Amino acid sequence: MLWYATRQLLLVIPTLAGVAVAVFFLIRVMPGDVVVVKLRADGAAVSEETIEAERKRLGLDKPLYQQFAEYMLGLPRLDLGKSLWTGEPVIKEIVLRMPVSFQIALMAGIIAVLIAIPLGTISALYRDTWIDHAVRVVAVSGLAIPSFWLGMLIILGLLSLFNWLPKIGYVPLWEDPIANLSVTIWPAASVGYRYAAVATRMMRSSLLEVMREDYIRTARAKGVWTRLIMRRHALRNALLPVVTVIGLEFAFLIGGLVVTEQVFNINGIGKLFVDATARGDFNLIQGLVLLIATIFVLVNLLVDLIYGWLDPRIRLR
Amino acid sequence: MAVVVTPSAPVDTLPKRPNALWQFIKTQPLGLVGFLIIALYVVCAFGANWISPFDPEAIDFSAMLASPGGEHWFGTDQYGRDVFSRIVYGSRTALAVGIISAVAGCTLGALLGAASGYFGGRIDNAIQRLVDIMLSFPIIVLAMVVVAVLGKRQWLGIDFNLIAAITLPIIPRMERVARASTLSIVAMPFIDAARAAGFGHTRIILRHITPNIVAPYLIMVSASMAQAILLEASLSFLGLGVTEPTPAWGLMLSGASADFYQTAPWMIVFPGVAITLAVFAFNLFGDSLRDWLDPKLKS
Repeated sequence: MLWYATRQLLLVIPTLAGVAVAVFFLIRVMPGDVVVVKLRADGAAVSEETIEAERKRLGLDKPLYQQFAEYMLGLPRLDLGKSLWTGEPVIKEIVLRMPVSFQIALMAGIIAVLIAIPLGTISALYRDTWIDHAVRVVAVSGLAIPSFWLGMLIILGLLSLFNWLPKIGYVPLWEDPIANLSVTIWPAASVGYRYAAVATRMMRSSLLEVMREDYIRTARAKGVWTRLIMRRHALRNALLPVVTVIGLEFAFLIGGLVVTEQVFNINGIGKLFVDATARGDFNLIQGLVLLIATIFVLVNLLVDLIYGWLDPRIRLR
Repeated sequence: MAVVVTPSAPVDTLPKRPNALWQFIKTQPLGLVGFLIIALYVVCAFGANWISPFDPEAIDFSAMLASPGGEHWFGTDQYGRDVFSRIVYGSRTALAVGIISAVAGCTLGALLGAASGYFGGRIDNAIQRLVDIMLSFPIIVLAMVVVAVLGKRQWLGIDFNLIAAITLPIIPRMERVARASTLSIVAMPFIDAARAAGFGHTRIILRHITPNIVAPYLIMVSASMAQAILLEASLSFLGLGVTEPTPAWGLMLSGASADFYQTAPWMIVFPGVAITLAVFAFNLFGDSLRDWLDPKLKS
């Protein structure tokens, strides 16, 4: 297991380097001039000289290879440049807003797993009964409801039922857990619903597939208790694709968070990203995209490790 | 002992080929539901002028925040604009953006995937790495980067850079599917025959491979429509997509409507229902289309 983990960890380094290169070119190679977009946003008449000066100030007049070298050399030192809007280092802006988003994403993930695994299992066990149909309707709706609208409905519900709104402003969990949770639980539920829906569907279909396997029939023929079959043989094997989908969907969870933070007025990574996009602050955009891609790569590393732990055949290959 | 040969009963005719449309309706009732909802939206989009009782952009200060009722079915917003009319007109925006970007994204993705699978080797490797990278960004993040870099470019009332932003994330997803199907087609003898006949690469890809990946293409277009509508709504909600006064569902939910949670909840409920129902319908239709066209893919 240790060897397997080390190897997976080493494999992450070239992937991350590739992501860093991709982000640089994604922003620079696309047609369109960021400076022009920024300065002439509302059709303002801006002279060519001003545009040139701005370009120079941002270091965009340097040749591409030089910009690239500076960017790549800055990365190991976590130097992502400065925000074009506030002038603060990008890394500082990100670190400031990271905890709240991270906490909400993690909570959404936990909510999703806690809902999806039992619900998907029940749905598969009671296949084609009304329980199964109900679970599937709930899951299919989860794919269609935009998380930001669900957030608005939650606010609407809280207001009309309790005439209460979650406070704006983030208190760290260790300072005041109740105040913290009363703010973060709602956005976590809004983005967690879709996440749970996807995982539930996967859990159901994967368990149905596993239940048709020969070894399950053998266990049944031996007279093994159904509960023991489930625990020892079926669930463990059925979890593999669910873990994959949870890993893949984590990126979409962040995407959902970008929009949902806006609804709850949470000053996290998502809001920062929206503001950066609206202002054309492309240093900040670059840093944030890099952050999100890195999270995605790391989550997939975690998925690989869980895979190796769940299925010995994978780590021994 | 003599072998008695009983002549098999002659087959008089080939079994009648079932009507494809009727088959679909019979085996995929949920797909039919999805299709009917889509049809309803299409009718709304084309007949918006006749269906909506009010001008969607007409401001009426005498009817600000009117609750749903006889005159304004879904109520009015803070400018007294009729919510129902705006939703009906909004289906135009949603469908236009959805169809253009889903078809463009899937077509580009399919061509790229077919080329990747057909050429193999280095070309395939390079394309796959690119696709890997594109897939590691959440859809909305990729779209927002495009919006930030390209800005806005209106033409015929449609923001083409917004469409580009929604198209881009669809391409790698279709590419994967098209490549997988192409790999199995390339192994077939008729491709060898085409090569032996001296046909060029372009002709083989366009005339021999693409007709065989129509089924996954149609499935992906339907699924991408759902994605595109959701993405357009999200971007417009964030103020990065369609701009006022154009009626668009995501835009109706954005900005000011949040101030009216208690006074005018209909401003929040109805546009959201419109988005959800549209996404639901396209997902449902896409799923049924998949089960019907390609039972192997059924999960």
